[in-house]
Amino acid sequence: MKELAVIFISQGEGLRKLDARYSNIKGQNGSVIVVKGLSKSYGSLKAVDGIDFSVHRGEVFSLLGPNGAGKTTTVEILEGIRKADGGEVSVLGLDPWKNGYELHKRIGVIPQGFRFFDKSTPREAILYYAELFGRRVDAKHILKLVGLEDAADTYFEQLSGGQKQKVGLALAMVNDAEVLFLDEPTTGLDPQARRSIWSVIESFKLQGKTVFLTTHYLDEAERLSDRVAIMNHGRIIALGSPDYLVSKYGNSKKLTLFGDERMYSFLKQSSDITVSMQDGTIEVPLKQSKDLLKVINLIENSGIPYSGLSLKKDSLEDVFISLVGRMKEGELD
Amino acid sequence: MNFRRVLADFSVFRREYLRNKEGFFFALVFPVILILLFGAIFSGSNHSSINVYALNEDNGSLGSSFLNALNQTGAIKVILAPSGSVFPDYLLKNSYSEGILIPSNFTYSIHSDAKASIIIYSNPADTSTQIVTGVVSSVAGAFNLKLSNSSNFITIIQKSVSESSPSYIDFLIPGLIGFTVLTSPMFSMVNLSAEYKKSKFFKQLSLTPLTKGEWLTSKIIWYVIISLISFVLMTAAGTLLFGANIRITVWVLPFVILGSLLFVSLGMLVGTITKSIESAGVIGNIITFPMMFLSGTFFPLSIMPSWLARIAHIFPLYYIIDGLTATMVYDNLRSALIDLAIIIVICIILSVAAVKAFKWREE
Repeated sequence: MKELAVIFISQGEGLRKLDARYSNIKGQNGSVIVVKGLSKSYGSLKAVDGIDFSVHRGEVFSLLGPNGAGKTTTVEILEGIRKADGGEVSVLGLDPWKNGYELHKRIGVIPQGFRFFDKSTPREAILYYAELFGRRVDAKHILKLVGLEDAADTYFEQLSGGQKQKVGLALAMVNDAEVLFLDEPTTGLDPQARRSIWSVIESFKLQGKTVFLTTHYLDEAERLSDRVAIMNHGRIIALGSPDYLVSKYGNSKKLTLFGDERMYSFLKQSSDITVSMQDGTIEVPLKQSKDLLKVINLIENSGIPYSGLSLKKDSLEDVFISLVGRMKEGELD
Repeated sequence: MNFRRVLADFSVFRREYLRNKEGFFFALVFPVILILLFGAIFSGSNHSSINVYALNEDNGSLGSSFLNALNQTGAIKVILAPSGSVFPDYLLKNSYSEGILIPSNFTYSIHSDAKASIIIYSNPADTSTQIVTGVVSSVAGAFNLKLSNSSNFITIIQKSVSESSPSYIDFLIPGLIGFTVLTSPMFSMVNLSAEYKKSKFFKQLSLTPLTKGEWLTSKIIWYVIISLISFVLMTAAGTLLFGANIRITVWVLPFVILGSLLFVSLGMLVGTITKSIESAGVIGNIITFPMMFLSGTFFPLSIMPSWLARIAHIFPLYYIIDGLTATMVYDNLRSALIDLAIIIVICIILSVAAVKAFKWREE
């Protein structure tokens, strides 16, 4: 089921066809964001060059890409704070530019580098937003959800980078938004702060909210997202679940072990497997899953000493580097 | 326009303003310091006497009676130089511009019907010399009359042109109110709007139901309140401490309110149309400082050369101060209304321009 949703596109046409297929399976009502042929230029620079995708209710969707790929432009168009040049965009069934005012009551946004008044506290920030949205909120409860209860009455300027981002997350919760847009929520934070932001994002998902995340941390996207779109030079070059992208664009799994020349020649003599050796590390790429057992049996029965047997898999990061790298060399253009 | 949101934004802004010590200082403490400072410098001089050094070498009693009489005029305060000093050298050494020397034979000469004399050392370049000379001659005249046992044929009765003739402090109060109306919004709005634009804080606010108009309204309300508070403080200080004679009528309000609106808009405009925080600050100062000094804030326009006074007419602040002076000092409503009409026009132009130029979101 999931794999059907996974599409690789070099041209918009192909995507639209496949995406339509996906929509049929999931049901038209399942999409909270639908983007078709979206484009935006700044002078001669095509920041967004005809992209298509849709985001389904309740999923965490990540937009990845190197700096300048067009991520922030795309998000700002979806949020209704930037006007598109061409294409169709619908968020919660609304045109973000024309119906921005209505849309903003139903979405939550944490812009890149969120900031608030220097001398206001997180509690005051929540109460301010509650007044603006005309909502009654339990500030204490929200502060607890984002893990800010200890800093509830500290001035914003004295908060750490992670705590500042959490104030943003807290504000995005004030209007009980259906869709949350998080633009690089963990950029510049230390690993611990990043992890605690991740758990807040995971709790959003548990509450059934749709999360649209932009990030350039691949581990973050891999861990949090149901689906990932990789963007470069204004285009989406790959889209799908992290697992699918890894299996489609990554190298196959491989078995590695430390051994000497004897093990290397032994495995090399065995039929239909390829073996390579470098600096005492022997690598055996596995074409099919059943090769794994076969190779392990061979090694075990050989009686030759070895150590550090492990199974390696490409991460989303390897895939990203190879896709964006290839794009640079023009292979995918 | 939703008043609940205006109020919410207003209270956040007010809190932020008051928690910043500089904001508090400039809003409320600074205006009072200004009025104390300028009040003391200029109003004080009306009543203060000129210090004059004197050396009394007289060995009789008339010399000191003469100096006492000088002291009693109130215009001169006699300070005695140490006896035995060489008087001109003493004055030079201490850079005193005037001195009165009563020679040793002063009493003796008078009693022996010889001519007695008093020597005044003076600096012709100093304006106080004329006062000192005038006071000394009139006291000498009175002594002459007394000694010759004759009486005054002519008595001088002094009267003022009008009971409420305005003094410097009366002009200073509307001037400094104008100063506050100009500086408190300009200094913070320029910087604030440039910074919010750069840090994308405006974008963030655009994602809430708060509208541009509501945001601007809450700022205007705040600066109207600041201006009114400093108006009260300055008027109180001016009246109680320096005896300012001003009239407070309801016509003061439109000037303070529209003035705040005008400069909040101008500050917004400068902050939004400039490219960076730095250039916003520079342009803000280029506009603010000449306007601050040339609009009749600290000195009445009448003491300026006429070409400079004409330049003042290009500044919106000139009309605010002129209007406030007309109503507070001269009770001249007609002239105040003309200023008010000009202010309304400038206000409309600037606030429309500010709202147009100020963008929540980008095309």
